[in-house]
Amino acid sequence: MTDVAPAPFRNEKALKRLKKRRAADTRFRLYGLSAIAFALAALSLLLVSILSQAISAATYHVVRYDVVLDPAVIAPAGKDKPADVARNIDGFYELLRSNLLQTFPDAQGNRLATRQLGDLVTRLAVLPVAKAVAANPTQIGQELTVKVPLNDDLDLYLKGAVSPEARVKLGAVEQGSETATGQVRLSGPNAFKGLQSLIATQRAEVGDAADARSILVTSGTATGRVVSLSADNLEMDLLAGSASDFQGTRPLARIIALPEAQRNVSDKQIAWTLALKDMGRISRVPHTSLLTNTDSTYPELAGALAAIVGSLLTMLVTGFIAIPVGIFASVYLEEFAPRNRLTEIIEVNINNLAAVPSIVFGLLGAAVFLGFFGLPRSAPLVGGLVLALLTLPTIIIASRAALKSVPPSIRAAALAVGASRMQSVFHHVLPVAGPGIFTGAILGMARALGETAPLLLIGMVAFVADVPSGPTDESTALPVLVYSWATHAERAWEPMTAAVIVILLMFLITMNGIVVFLRRRFERRW
Amino acid sequence: MESTITESRETITAGTSMDETEGLTYPRIECKNINVSYGDKQAIFDISLPIPDRSVTALIGPSGCGKSTFLRCLNRMNDTIESCKVTGEIIMDGENINDPDIDPVLLRSRVGMVFQKPNPFPKSIFDNIAYGPRIHGLAATREDLDEMVEKSLRRAGLWEEVKDRLSSPGNSLSGGQQQRLCIARAIAVRPEVILMDEPCSALDPVATARIEELIDELRKRYCIVIVTHSMQQAARVSQRTAFFHLGELVEMGDTDQIFTNPRERRTEDYITGRFG
Repeated sequence: MTDVAPAPFRNEKALKRLKKRRAADTRFRLYGLSAIAFALAALSLLLVSILSQAISAATYHVVRYDVVLDPAVIAPAGKDKPADVARNIDGFYELLRSNLLQTFPDAQGNRLATRQLGDLVTRLAVLPVAKAVAANPTQIGQELTVKVPLNDDLDLYLKGAVSPEARVKLGAVEQGSETATGQVRLSGPNAFKGLQSLIATQRAEVGDAADARSILVTSGTATGRVVSLSADNLEMDLLAGSASDFQGTRPLARIIALPEAQRNVSDKQIAWTLALKDMGRISRVPHTSLLTNTDSTYPELAGALAAIVGSLLTMLVTGFIAIPVGIFASVYLEEFAPRNRLTEIIEVNINNLAAVPSIVFGLLGAAVFLGFFGLPRSAPLVGGLVLALLTLPTIIIASRAALKSVPPSIRAAALAVGASRMQSVFHHVLPVAGPGIFTGAILGMARALGETAPLLLIGMVAFVADVPSGPTDESTALPVLVYSWATHAERAWEPMTAAVIVILLMFLITMNGIVVFLRRRFERRW
Repeated sequence: MESTITESRETITAGTSMDETEGLTYPRIECKNINVSYGDKQAIFDISLPIPDRSVTALIGPSGCGKSTFLRCLNRMNDTIESCKVTGEIIMDGENINDPDIDPVLLRSRVGMVFQKPNPFPKSIFDNIAYGPRIHGLAATREDLDEMVEKSLRRAGLWEEVKDRLSSPGNSLSGGQQQRLCIARAIAVRPEVILMDEPCSALDPVATARIEELIDELRKRYCIVIVTHSMQQAARVSQRTAFFHLGELVEMGDTDQIFTNPRERRTEDYITGRFG
C-alpha cells in the first residue's frame, strides 16, 4: 500500500489527454466560425457592391420646362386629333428645344452647339408628355410645366460618376471683360493663386496629361473654360452666360480629370447643365420610372415593368404546372408506387434531372415547345413551361423528403381506424407534410425566377417595349433584363442593372420570407 | 346489421368444437394454419389459434417470435408491407377475412388496433376521436358525433380529464393519456375486436396500471388481443395466454394454467426467466 494511486481528478496523463480533446474542440469551433464568417463576408460584399451601385439609380435628374403648348407646333392643322398629338414626338421635342435655345441664346446659329443643346433632353422622353396632353386636349394653347429626364450622361455627370473632379473656390474677381479675340478676361489681385497651385499639384502627379484637362470656372449661371492663367489674371472661352456675370463674385473652378474628347458630355453641355441647375430647373427625384417604364434604348427612359410583369406571368405558368404535377408525382412515388425496379429507375432519373444544366432545358424547350408544338416565341407561356420542367425535379425531391419525414405511425393510425390508403394520405400525411412541400415548391420557384439561360434560348431576351398582357405576348424576364442591360456599353446602364438586380433580390427575399413564415406558422412538433 | 352479426355468432358457436376453449365463450376469431413470410424469410409457421370473445387473450414470447406479426394478421395491417405474404384462414363471423375479396378497410372498422407508441393524429382531441366515425359515416348529425366522442372517451376513462379541452391538440396530452386517447379512437368506430400491440411499453407504471384497469373494463364488451413483453401484465390482464417462440405457437391455454402449470418445457423456461 505504498504507492497511492493519484486522485482521479488530478491524473497527469488524463489531464493531458483532456487538454488535447479540448484543443480539438476549440479548433473545430474555430473552423466552423471562420467558415461562417467567410460566407457572411462574401454575402455582404456582394450586397454592398450591388447596393452601392444601385443606390445611384434610385434617384435621377429631371429638368423643368415652362412651355406654351403652341398648337402650331404640337397640333398643326390636319394632325390635331388626340391620336396624332400623342404621336407627335417631334412637335413636343421642338417645344423643349426652343425653350432651351431661349434660355441659352448663344447656341443659336451654331449647328454643333444647337445639336449639343438639344442633346440635353432625349427625343423620346417627351412621349409621356405628348400622351398626357393628347388625353387632355384642353391644355393645348395653355402654358404647361413639364418635367423631363435629363440626358443620362449629364445625369451621371451630376452624380459625379463621369470623371473625378477637383474644385477650388477662387478669390474675388474685380473685373470681368471681353477681349478683342472674343474671350473673357477675369482679373483680381491674387484671385487665381489657389487654382494655380491646384494645377501645379496635378501636374506633379500626372505630368503633361494635366494640360488636356478642362478647367471650368463657374459663377451663377455663367461658365467659362480657362485658356490661360496667372496669379491675377485669367482668360477663358465663355461657354454660357456673359462676362459681367463674374464681376464681383468668387467663382468656383473645377478641373475635370477626364479630357473632353474622352467624355460623352462636352464642356458646353456641362456649362448648360450647371446653369440650369443654378436656375433651379434641375431637380433630383426618385427614379420611379424604373418601375413604371418599359425597356428603352435610352437609360434615362428605361424601366423594368415589362420584365417584372413578364417574370410574374412566367412564374404563374411555372407554378400552375410544376407545383401540382410535382406534388402528385411525389405523393404517388412516396405513398402508392410499388417498390420495384421501374420506380427505382424513375427515382434515379428524377435525381439526375435535378442536376441537368438549365441551358439544356432551354434547348429542349426551343426544340419541343417552339419547334414541334409551334408555340409563340418569347412568350411567358413557353418560358413558364421550360422553367416548370426545370423546377419539377427540385419540387419532387423536396416533397418526397417532406413526405418521408412524416412518421409512419400516423399512416398506421389512420389505416387502423379503417381509413383507405388515399384517406390516410390526404387526411393525415399531406397536412403534416404540407409546410415542407410548400417550402420545397417555393424554393424551386425562387430558383426558376433567377434562371436566365433557358429563357435566352426560347427568345425571351428580345427587346420588349410593351407590357405583356397575357402569357402568349412577347415578353422578357427580370434576370434576362439584367443580362441584356449588363451587355450595354453606356456607363449609365451599370447602376440601372444593379437596380434591377435589387428588384430581383426583393422578389427572392419575399419568396423566402413566405417560406420562413410557412415554416413558423404550420410546422408541427412531435 | 346487428341481427346478422348475432346470427352468425350463433352459427359459429354451434359449429366449432369447444374442447380447447372449454369454460370460455365461443371463439370470436378462429385462426387456422397461418403462415407469414417476409420475402424469403418465414416469420410464422402454421399457427392455429382460437380467440375467444369478451375476454383478453395475451400473446407472449421473446422478441422476434412473431407475436406482433400474428396480431397484425388479424386486421390485415400486414397488407401494407409489400413483401409480406399471409396464408391460412382467419375466420370471423363465418367469413375468411384473409380472403383477398374482403376489403381490409371494412375489416379494420370492426377490428381496431392500438399501437406500441401512442400515435394520436396531429389534430384536436375531438377530431382524433371523430375521425373514424366521420369516414365511416357513423354519425348523421353533429349531436350524434358529440355523443359518440363523449361515449368513447368515457369508455377509455379519459373524459373527465379532457372534457374541458377537446379542441386542444392530441399531442399535448401526457403519454398515458395519449394512449387512452388512441384506445378511445379505436373504440369510436364500434369495433368488435381490439388489437393491442404492447400498449404500455412506452408508459410509466402508473399510466400502465390505468391502461390495465381500462383493458379489464373493456373486456366486458370487446374481444381483446394484447401483445406484451411483460409476463406480469399478461398474468394480470388476460384470461387466455398464447406463448410464441421462433414463429411457432408453443402453448396456449388459460392464463392461470400457463403461468402455474405450463405443459411445455420452453414455456416454463420463458416464464421463469431462464431465457428471452
